[in-house]
Amino acid sequence: MTAASGLAVDKAAHTPFDWAAVIKDAVLAALVATLLALPLIGLQTYDIGGGALGIRTHFDWVVMTAAAVFAGRLAWQLRPRRAHRREGAGGSLFTRLAAWTSRQTSAIALIILAFAVALPFLPFSSRYLIDLGTTVLIYVMLGWGLNVVVGLAGLLDLGYVAFYAVGAYTFALLARDLGFSFWEALPFSGLVAAGFGVGLGFPVLRLRGDYLAIVTLGFGEIIRIILLNWSPVTGGPNGISDIPRPSFFGLPFARSAPDGVTTFAQFFGLEFSPDQRVVFIYFVILALALVTNLFTLRLRKLPIGRAWEALREDEVACRALGINPTNVKLSAFGIGAMLGGFAGCFFATRQGFISPESFTFIESATILAIVVLGGMGSQMGVVLAALLLVTLPEFGRAFAEFRMLLFGAAMVAIMVWRPRGLLAQRAPSLRLAPLPRPDAPR
Amino acid sequence: MAYFLQQLINGLTLGSIYGLIAIGYTMVYGIIGMINFAHGEIYMIGAFISIIALLVLGLAGVSYVPLALALVLLTTMFFTSVYGWTVERLAYRPLRGSHRLAPLISAIGMSIFLQNYVQILQGAREKPMPPLIQGGFNVFESGGFGVRLSYLQLLIMLLTLVLMIAFTTLIAATRLGRAQRACAQDIGMAALLGVDVDRVISTTFVMGAALAAVAGLMVTLYYGVVDFFIGFLAGVKAFTAAVLGGIGSLPGAMLGGVLIGLIEAFWSGYFSAEYKDVSVFVVLILVLVLRPTGLLGRPELEKV
Repeated sequence: MTAASGLAVDKAAHTPFDWAAVIKDAVLAALVATLLALPLIGLQTYDIGGGALGIRTHFDWVVMTAAAVFAGRLAWQLRPRRAHRREGAGGSLFTRLAAWTSRQTSAIALIILAFAVALPFLPFSSRYLIDLGTTVLIYVMLGWGLNVVVGLAGLLDLGYVAFYAVGAYTFALLARDLGFSFWEALPFSGLVAAGFGVGLGFPVLRLRGDYLAIVTLGFGEIIRIILLNWSPVTGGPNGISDIPRPSFFGLPFARSAPDGVTTFAQFFGLEFSPDQRVVFIYFVILALALVTNLFTLRLRKLPIGRAWEALREDEVACRALGINPTNVKLSAFGIGAMLGGFAGCFFATRQGFISPESFTFIESATILAIVVLGGMGSQMGVVLAALLLVTLPEFGRAFAEFRMLLFGAAMVAIMVWRPRGLLAQRAPSLRLAPLPRPDAPR
Repeated sequence: MAYFLQQLINGLTLGSIYGLIAIGYTMVYGIIGMINFAHGEIYMIGAFISIIALLVLGLAGVSYVPLALALVLLTTMFFTSVYGWTVERLAYRPLRGSHRLAPLISAIGMSIFLQNYVQILQGAREKPMPPLIQGGFNVFESGGFGVRLSYLQLLIMLLTLVLMIAFTTLIAATRLGRAQRACAQDIGMAALLGVDVDRVISTTFVMGAALAAVAGLMVTLYYGVVDFFIGFLAGVKAFTAAVLGGIGSLPGAMLGGVLIGLIEAFWSGYFSAEYKDVSVFVVLILVLVLRPTGLLGRPELEKV
C-alpha cells in the first residue's frame, strides 16, 4: 500500500502539471463539503419554547465552507513537493529529529529534567504555570504507566482510566473512613489498582487484541457506573470531597496548624504562602513520575521486560520458546494498573475532590493518545505528546468552545502525518552485532 | 407473563436499532480489521440529520406521514453516508497499511471531533421531537396488564428485517458483495486479482453509515429526544453486539444486537435501570471468556 502511494507521488512529480485534473479534484472536494455542510451547518435547530424546535438557515456558512475547502484542496494540490521523499534517507524534519532524539536520549532527558526541576524557581514562573506543569506530569506518569501495557507488552487497553479511578477512590475512602494520610495511602492505592488489574486481566488476557480493547473499555465504564450509582460508599455523582493534602514529612501546608503540629512554613521559618503547597505538589508528582520512569526502564532490562517486548512482536514464537503468555501479560497489566493507581492517588490529593466525572472514557482516550502519538514504547515521546495534548487545549482557551474540536482534529492530523507517532524510532533493546540497516524490515 | 412479553417486545425494538449500528462495525472490522470508533458518532449525526429533515419537511408542508417518513429516510441515509465516506477518506485511508493502533487513535480523534462539531453547530441541549407515529394494538392481556405493540415498534422491527434481507442478498449475490467478501478474506490477494480495494472499503463505510442513519432515525422517532452525546454509548454497545455475535459476521451482528437489546430490557425491567449498562458489559466479558470468537464467529487461525 505504501509502495503504491509512493509511486503515485513520484509520478505526479515527473509528469507536467495537469490543471484540469487539479481543478476537477478541488471542485469535487468542494461538492462533498457542500453536502456535508448542508444539513448540519446550513440548517440549525433551536428551541422555540414549549418543547418544540425551530430551524434557522445559514446558507452563507455553507458557501463559505465550500469555498474554504475548494481553496484548501487547491493549495494542497499545488504545494511544493520534493521529488523523492523516502523514509529514513534524509527524511522529513521530524524523522531526523526522532533519530537524533533516540541517539541523544540521555542528554535530552537531563536537559528536560533540569528544566522540570527548575521550573518553579524560574523568573517567569507563576502559579498557573506550575499547575499546568503538574497536570502535564500527571499525564506523563499515566502515559508511562500505560506504556508498559500498550507500548511494551502490546496489549491494547481502552479502559486505563479505571485503574486511575480505583487508585483515587482507594485513597479518598481510606482518608475519609480510616483517616489515612496521602503517604500512608499511596501504597494501598497502587496495590488495590494492581489487584483490580490482575483480577480483570486473569479471565480476559487470552483474548486477541481488539477483543481485549473492547473488554477493557467495558471495564472502564463498569467502574465509572458503579462509582456513579453506589452512593452510600462513593458519594455517587457528588463524589468525595475534603481529601487531605499531602504533608512534607509530617509538616502540613497550612496557615495555622492545630495544637502540637508545626506547619511547613513555621518549621523552616518562612512566611506562609499558598504557593508553597502548589510547588510541593508539583515536586511530588515529578518524583512519582521519575520513579515510574526509572522503574519501567529497569523492568525493560529484566527478563520480564524482554518477555513483554518479545510477546508484542510475536506471540507464537514466544510460546514456542517456553514463555507463558498469560503470566507475562498479567504482569504487564498488573504493573500498568499499579502505576495508574499511584497516579490516581496523587490526583485525589491534588484536587482534594473527586467524582466519577473525572474518570470518563475521554481520559482513557487521552492517555492512549499520548502513548501512541508519542511513538509507542518511547518514553521521551510520551513526554512530548503529554506536553502537546495538555497544553494544546490551554492555548485554545481563547476560543473555549472549540477546544475539544481542535483536540480531536489534532489527534487525527498528527496520526495521519506521523502514523508511527511523533518520536517513533524504536531501536531494539538488544542488538546482535553487526548493526542491521536502520530501516531493515522487522 | 404479560410483563415478560412486554419486555421482550421492547428489547427486540431496542435490539433492532443496536443491530443496525453493529453491522457497520462488523463489516469494517471484517474487511480492514479496525474498530471504527467514530461509527457511533455517525449514528448520532444520522439522528440529527433525521430531525432536521423532519423539521424541513414539516415547514415544507408535507403532512402525509408515510411520504414524509420515506423522504426523511432517504435524505438521512444519503447525507449520513457522505459523512461516513468523508471520515474514511480523511482519517483512515491515509493510514492504510500502517500499524494497528494508528487508525484506532485517528478514529477516537474523529469521534471527539464529530461530537464537538455537532455540539457547537446544533447546541448542547437535548432536541425534542414530538411523536410522529402514534397508536398501536394490544397483543395480549392478562390480569389487567396489557401487552402493547406500538405501530412504531412494529415499523422498526419490520424495517430492520427488510434491510437485513436486502443487505444479506447484497453481500451474497452481487458483484460488490463478492468483492467485499474477497477483501474480508485476504485484502492483498483481492487487490492482486483486480478488486479496487479502496473503492470497496469506501462503499463499506457508506453502507455502514447508511444503516447507522436508519438507526438514528429510529431512535429519533422512538425516544423523541436526541443529543450530541448519544453516539458514544450506543456505539460501544453496538460494538459489543458485534463482538458478541462474532465480529465479521453479519447475522452475528444482528443476533448480538438483539441479544444486547433483550439483556438491557430485561435487566431494567426486572432489576435496576442504573446498572443496565453494567449488565451489557458483564455479559460481554462472560461471552468472550467462555467463547472468545463470539456466538457465530469462526475461530481465527494464527499464521506464523
